[in-house]
Amino acid sequence: MTATLIYMAAGAVLAGLSLYRLATTGDLFARIVGLNVLSVALGAILLAAARGPDGTDPVPQAFVLTGIVVLVAVTAALLALAETLAGAGKGSRND
Amino acid sequence: MTEVSLIVIVPIVAAVAAALAGRAATVIGLAATLAQVILAALLAVQTRAPIGTEASQIAIGGWPSPLGIAFQADGLAVLMLVMNGLVGLAVAVQAAGSPRTKRGFWPLWLLVLAALNGLFLTTDLFNMYVAFEVLGLSAVGLTILTGTPRALRAGFDYLCAGLAGSLLVLLGVVLAYSAVDRVDLAALPLLLDSAEGQLALALTLVGLALKAALFPLHFWMPEAHSGAVPIASAILSALVVKGALYVMLRVTVILAGDLDLLSLTLAAFGAAAMLWGSWRALHADRLKLLVAYSTVAQVGLITVAIGLVQDPASSALWQAAALLMLSHALAKAAMFLSVGRIAEELGHDRISGLNRSDLRPGLSEFAFAVAAISLIGLPPTAGFVGKWIVMEEIIAAGGWPWVALLLLGTAMSAAYLARVVSRCLRGGPHMAPDARTPALQAGDVAALALAVLALAMGVLSALPFALLNGAMT
Repeated sequence: MTATLIYMAAGAVLAGLSLYRLATTGDLFARIVGLNVLSVALGAILLAAARGPDGTDPVPQAFVLTGIVVLVAVTAALLALAETLAGAGKGSRND
Repeated sequence: MTEVSLIVIVPIVAAVAAALAGRAATVIGLAATLAQVILAALLAVQTRAPIGTEASQIAIGGWPSPLGIAFQADGLAVLMLVMNGLVGLAVAVQAAGSPRTKRGFWPLWLLVLAALNGLFLTTDLFNMYVAFEVLGLSAVGLTILTGTPRALRAGFDYLCAGLAGSLLVLLGVVLAYSAVDRVDLAALPLLLDSAEGQLALALTLVGLALKAALFPLHFWMPEAHSGAVPIASAILSALVVKGALYVMLRVTVILAGDLDLLSLTLAAFGAAAMLWGSWRALHADRLKLLVAYSTVAQVGLITVAIGLVQDPASSALWQAAALLMLSHALAKAAMFLSVGRIAEELGHDRISGLNRSDLRPGLSEFAFAVAAISLIGLPPTAGFVGKWIVMEEIIAAGGWPWVALLLLGTAMSAAYLARVVSRCLRGGPHMAPDARTPALQAGDVAALALAVLALAMGVLSALPFALLNGAMT
């Protein structure tokens, strides 16, 4: 029970921090990191919620795993976009 | 019943083939889009049980519902598949006819098609989440096809918003699972019994609102839709936003009448979106931005109908919402395709410049005007039939304030669309005898065909209603 609570609390704190960062920053890289932290926080909450008195239910774990796979793909796309954007900015401003 | 899984498999295989094929991508893309039309038509003429009853489900690979992927082609799903086919065919014709279409377009479009088809057919929330992810990633690819910094920036914001929306949906799905141990749509009514289930439902709806660009979560959408190439904008605005709207409609149909506060909130934000989107469209200086804000407003209109959905057995509101989705898809795709052609001929898409060039209004301006008639909701278009039934049902339920809001939204949409149409009709160099005539391309014909179809769908609206009622023969 305490382990579940710790995971839930840590997940909630992480989610709050990342949401704050996401809302207040315009920096592309910071936003990518923020989204990753948010996703990990939600994963922690969900995994904690999946822990029952008689062992762990594998189905939510499978859901979270799918979420992680999706996150990796989206992060790759976001990084590629951010890099192209940074390159385009340099090209147009000549600095 | 093999077509049901084929309609998802064909575009996926074709997308991979188109990505590898190089020059043959256009042929593969056209063929797969044509296959969509044929398969959707085959599904449409089958008889099926009406919505809400336990219709026959197809378990892919023989795995039953909790573990496997189940598809169900009821009337609503098939109507959406037909919508994909009609809009897709017109977009594919314009894409194939234009020399400027990039090769990357075809695999991305086919992935969007596969994801939407899967989304419309699936019967459980988790598969919907997966379909949304495929949809989101390929839609962002379409957004950034131009490669300009503006489009890249819009694509970045789109992807971030999409991921945030997906995370909310995922959180909702897992909470729903922990509340009732199931994630299929039939289990939705059980969610209302517990606080955890209600939270799950609310989170899912907020995530969907973010993906459907419902006010005030539309911030990412106008830039993304107006910055993309016209064929991509047509797909994004006409079809991709319908994915989230479709899931919302499913949820409210299943939970009809039991969603008091949540559905009222949906309808209220829908009304706000209708007014705010129209207001911004009234002040947009570029054609594509005007059409994009018109989508914000139309998403609002459809959401009002979705939010107020009553018991499907006694009220036709859900059918009207579905018809509005179809009508918006046809008209909005026609509009983006024609705006793309207008911008191509003019060299820019500033509204103030429409009557200041020596270009005579051509077929694309005509297509825009016909599509505008449908978006405003003048008879005899599908937009008119949809709005008429929505208002009739709302009046029957005693919701007069909503009718006032809908009428205000309609008047505003007439005002912002008239800005464009009146410019084309007003005197100016474009009306002079020596004005040049715009070139005729496949895109003009595709846009006009869609616009005329949106118009004709009003006269033929018995067809979609028969399909929705499961009595199509």
